[in-house]
Amino acid sequence: MNAPAKPNSFRSGPDERGRFGIYGGRFVAETLMPLILDLEKAYADAKADPAYAAEMAGYLTHYVGRPSPLYFAERLTEHLGGAKIYLKREELNHTGSHKVNNVLGQILLARRMGKKRIIAETGAGQHGVATATLCARFGLECIVYMGAVDVARQASNVFRMKMLGATVVPVQSGAKTLKDAMNEALRDWVTNVGSTFYCIGTVAGPHPYPGMVRDFQSIIGRETREQMQEAEGRLPDSLIACVGGGSNAIGLFHPFLDDPSVEIYGVEAAGHGLTHLHAASIAGGRAGVLHGNRTYLLMDDDGQIQEGHSISAGLDYPGIGPEHSWLSDVGRVTYLSATDDEALEAFQLLSKVEGIIPALECAHALAKVKDLAPTKPKDHIMVMNLSGRGDKDVPQVAEILGTKL
Amino acid sequence: MTTRLDTRFADLARAGRAGLVTYVMAGDPDRETARAILQALPGAGADVIEFGMPFTDPMADGPSIQAAGLRALGAGQTLRKTLEDIAWFRASDPTTPIVLMGYYNPIYIYGVEKFLVDAKAAGVDGLIVVDLPPEEDEELCLPALKAGLNFIRLATPTTDDKRLPKVLQNTSGFVYYVSITGITGMATPDFGQTASAVARIKKHTSLPVAVGFGVKNADHASAVARGADAVVVGSALVDQVKGSLDASGKATAGTVSAVTDLVSSISAGVRGARKAAE
Ligand SMILES: Cc1ncc(COP(=O)(O)O)c(C=O)c1O
Repeated sequence: MNAPAKPNSFRSGPDERGRFGIYGGRFVAETLMPLILDLEKAYADAKADPAYAAEMAGYLTHYVGRPSPLYFAERLTEHLGGAKIYLKREELNHTGSHKVNNVLGQILLARRMGKKRIIAETGAGQHGVATATLCARFGLECIVYMGAVDVARQASNVFRMKMLGATVVPVQSGAKTLKDAMNEALRDWVTNVGSTFYCIGTVAGPHPYPGMVRDFQSIIGRETREQMQEAEGRLPDSLIACVGGGSNAIGLFHPFLDDPSVEIYGVEAAGHGLTHLHAASIAGGRAGVLHGNRTYLLMDDDGQIQEGHSISAGLDYPGIGPEHSWLSDVGRVTYLSATDDEALEAFQLLSKVEGIIPALECAHALAKVKDLAPTKPKDHIMVMNLSGRGDKDVPQVAEILGTKL
Repeated sequence: MTTRLDTRFADLARAGRAGLVTYVMAGDPDRETARAILQALPGAGADVIEFGMPFTDPMADGPSIQAAGLRALGAGQTLRKTLEDIAWFRASDPTTPIVLMGYYNPIYIYGVEKFLVDAKAAGVDGLIVVDLPPEEDEELCLPALKAGLNFIRLATPTTDDKRLPKVLQNTSGFVYYVSITGITGMATPDFGQTASAVARIKKHTSLPVAVGFGVKNADHASAVARGADAVVVGSALVDQVKGSLDASGKATAGTVSAVTDLVSSISAGVRGARKAAE
């Protein structure tokens, strides 16, 4: 196959059909199409309305706590002995991860559309907690679908959602993880289409979600540009972030896509290894159609979707956002992968040398920082997105390390 | 070009009655039993057969059809085998129209062009692909029409008059009106509203309109058949398969008849509907 032609800009997608190259699109049941078209229009209207931007900016500052710091990780840099490493501290956001940036945008949009019932799917529970939080803040009904397996392994987040007034529905179908939670949320949406807004947690799903969620998360990269100018007076040399669906990653990457000097790395979950159980859709999957979009997916030869596996419940989705699939094909972003063991090691390293306990999700990115940074010169500036804090993972890590809490 | 579906609906119109469209899942609970069910459906009163292509993630289906798909996949069903099953059926039944129903990914992975050639050769008449709205017609709908297969589109309660022409534009064979906003096998619709929805659709098209979702027994079918050109029954049949299995989930001597008995009863309801209304 010929490599796809490089575009003039890597930032112009999606096109009017919701495509990034061949990826993206609107592969949903007819029942949902009129709603998706309404949403597309409502988002276009909101984007053009300065009042919406102003409302968002106010909550981002005073409720979420933005801007998040860009922190020079001096001890980590010394420890690895190469690139100068900065961490974009999304874990300091209210609710503990980047998820809240997107949820805020969608909930304000739902309010503009007059929707009073919000549904969401969640894997690790971070997106569920963010959604439950903003629903509490605005007095909206909140229903969160979560695979029964994830309900068991992320118990503290389930309790948080309940405290925030949300209804958590354990999903018993399939492998009872994130993919099945998304199916169930789509079924709910088809059933309650008139009253309900579906708040998707990552840059996946039917158009306009991938582009819309990316826009909301791009505040990460925009702040990073400014903060880096202030700190170093120039652009970073490389960016790196973990990729589940890919929302924290695209949020950091997008504002830099047209800067050719910036190397960009996404890190997928390699689980037990790429030849065993993993969740690396780009490394181990191929293009297919699921959950409303065409993208890289894990599947068998008959087109049946396979379960992803990762130590991190937030990464074990068998797909990836369509924009990442395209960025991989055109070669703008390099996708690497980190195993469960590598992530566990990185989790402990950051805790020990910087006093920051990262989420297991971003420990995957950190594992590749460990590999890459030592190969770079000392004047190389690398920014890693620290997408969430690890409090939620402490019990699971303790169990793996054989410590009784 | 006249297809088996066109011929069948013309025959039904001449006979002055509504048709019965039955949905069963390929490979459920195992390939051999599913073939036996398929073969027995026309004799039990099915006018058109929808054959489900199992998929791991049927996002518009309820628990019954989800479970049926997983049973079939567990028993080793694949899209290639589903097409072979239809070719096998065609050898003994050259007239009953068969519509494949499912989701796009297995077809996309099989390869659209190869799939259309193989489906046509096997004796498939039409396709219903739930996750391909008219906005994605270039994927499969237009190539299917070119290959001589009908592409049947779903219209739903959320499809308003403004959108209907777009939904109907490349539809052929018949229009499938989904009587509820929701997934298969759950709510029973308000049949009065269903009748007015059919009337609304008929203002936009001369195609036959079949109504499905929520039809579970002869009474429901009879109520729908008064206003529609055909009645679709799916989850209720799939539930008959499930109810007939032994403790280990295997087919029993009663599996085929569990399905055909319900089809016969619903068929009687459909056939008696217009008479009952007179
Ligand atoms: C902290 C954190 N990072 C990353 C992810 C993965 O999502 P995404 O790839 O959309 O950023 C999650 C998902 O739950 C998360 O909680």
